[in-house]
Amino acid sequence: MIFFDLSEFEGPIVDFANFSFVFGIIGLFVYQVFAKKMSYYFLKRLMGASFVLFIIATTTFLMLRLMPGGPFDSDKALPPEVLANIEAKYHLDKPMIEQYMYYLGDLVQGDLGESYKYIGRSVTDIISESIPNSLKLGLYSLLLAFLLGIPLGALAGAKHNTIWDTSAMFMAISGVALPSFLVGPLLILFFTFYLNLLPPALWESPVHYIMPVVTLGLRPAAIIARLTRSSVLDTIHSDFVRTAKAKGLSASVVLFKHVLKNSLIPVVTMSGPLVANILSGSFVVELIFAVPGMGKHFVQSVTNRDYPLILGVTLLYAALLVLANLIVDLLYAVIDPRIRLSN
Amino acid sequence: MKEQKSKSLWYDSWRRLKKNKAAVVSAVFLMIVCFCAYFADWIAPYSFEAQDASKILLSPGAEHWLGTDSLGRDLLSRIIYGAQMSMAVGIFTSLASLVMGVIYGAISGWFGGRVDSIMMRFIDILYTIPALVLLILVMVLFNSLATELDPKDKALYGTFVALSIVGWVNIARLVRGQVLQEKQMLYVEAAVSIGVPSHQILTKHILPNILGPIIVTLTFQIPANVMFESFLSFIGLGIQPPYASWGTLAADGWRSLRTYPHIIISPGVILFLSMLAFNLLGDGLRDAFDPKARK
Repeated sequence: MIFFDLSEFEGPIVDFANFSFVFGIIGLFVYQVFAKKMSYYFLKRLMGASFVLFIIATTTFLMLRLMPGGPFDSDKALPPEVLANIEAKYHLDKPMIEQYMYYLGDLVQGDLGESYKYIGRSVTDIISESIPNSLKLGLYSLLLAFLLGIPLGALAGAKHNTIWDTSAMFMAISGVALPSFLVGPLLILFFTFYLNLLPPALWESPVHYIMPVVTLGLRPAAIIARLTRSSVLDTIHSDFVRTAKAKGLSASVVLFKHVLKNSLIPVVTMSGPLVANILSGSFVVELIFAVPGMGKHFVQSVTNRDYPLILGVTLLYAALLVLANLIVDLLYAVIDPRIRLSN
Repeated sequence: MKEQKSKSLWYDSWRRLKKNKAAVVSAVFLMIVCFCAYFADWIAPYSFEAQDASKILLSPGAEHWLGTDSLGRDLLSRIIYGAQMSMAVGIFTSLASLVMGVIYGAISGWFGGRVDSIMMRFIDILYTIPALVLLILVMVLFNSLATELDPKDKALYGTFVALSIVGWVNIARLVRGQVLQEKQMLYVEAAVSIGVPSHQILTKHILPNILGPIIVTLTFQIPANVMFESFLSFIGLGIQPPYASWGTLAADGWRSLRTYPHIIISPGVILFLSMLAFNLLGDGLRDAFDPKARK
């Protein structure tokens, strides 16, 4: 099979994406905290986020420890001494409250414990190995969703009640309705087995990214398109747009500088739920395209009853979502000066 | 007087809905799917587990319209029986979430103040766990608590319980917002002033007024739950054989994608069409109930 060899671009592109992402967030925080004197608000949000994570950590811990059946009673019976040793090593012989203290103490130090199933490997280790793949998959999908959804929605809104509108919205509603286990296999059938163009699975070079990213990004793109359209339609009838038109500005200037800029605010607010959507979707997509990411580990850890891994991955997912919501809130304040976050 | 007014409101919505061709076609399509699912024993050409070793992995043809799978089972029949499972999961879990969500949201919105902020904080916490992760955690918990059940039944009930528990959050938020809005209305003030008890104001006065948005949310909740169930089953954590839903059928087909793509495509397509129909119907209902929001 002949594949495009894009691997030499991999390094610089990814580095650039990572750098701009990280610096963008840091810059945003610095801007919010210093330039707008929102440190109080920011601190409050940060405290709220940590509280939420603490609650989630406690609940998942309780939930999984209360369940009958230990992690070591599934396979062949171990000799009692060996079992006692293992339980002592993982503090499973201690009372629950002590186990919880051990757990929280480790958690604060960034140690999520050792996996029960992969003996000798820490959960932090397993997660840090698989999370870059999942993050890449998720971020590229989100990017694709915005790049595809916003123009489509703007087009539909600007050309309201025309064939453009109808067809764009039909595409969007189909995108919401398409299950990823139909899109993925169809893409594989066409691009791999028929055209012999793209690799069917794995996660090694940018050519491997194309199909999983498209499969995962399609649904959020459709959601964004619908949202952008209705937001554009709301904005297009407001007074300032009429004024802009009356001043004799060209249609494209009105659309881009006046309508679109204001319509994107609801779209930004929706990005938090979209990240949740992408996280959920990544389970199926990672399975279809054999991406070695977190979704795969989570599903396996559930079947294996690998408590520390389940807890670790759940916490991480929650942390990602909390972070995403925090970023969205701050972005929201940047793009819309009408919103006063300080109260 | 009031009776007449509310009647005409529903009549108006019905009239608007009938004008929306996409919504009507979707409703008819969904009725056909539900009809086939309910009367599967009469409609399906074969039994869903009848194996025929001489007819393994047939392509679609005259005898088996959608072909057969790796055990020689008729795919069309399996999709019809799968519809039974998928639709039952979607409808019953949504109804269960509806009951929980309406009660929770109504209490939160009606009492307001501290009760409201505590109840909503709890929902905010639930929102920070991705739905599929929460679903899987609830299923894990259920599976380990219901030890006396047969594994296949355990997976089935676990899916139902998990989807019901996870879905109510959206409905609770919506109902709370609506109740907060309606609370300001004069008719509620009038009811309060003549001493109608809270539960009666909620059930007899506010609830009928917010029924429209609730029905619309329900129409979107059902496809979301059907989709989640198929995702769960596809990754092997949902429904277990011998039970079959569209998700488990797709999972079966996934193993032989290269050589026999029809096995995964047909359940995927029927799921897609049903999701499309639910979404179009939901859009139609929203426009019908709230013509002001119509774009």
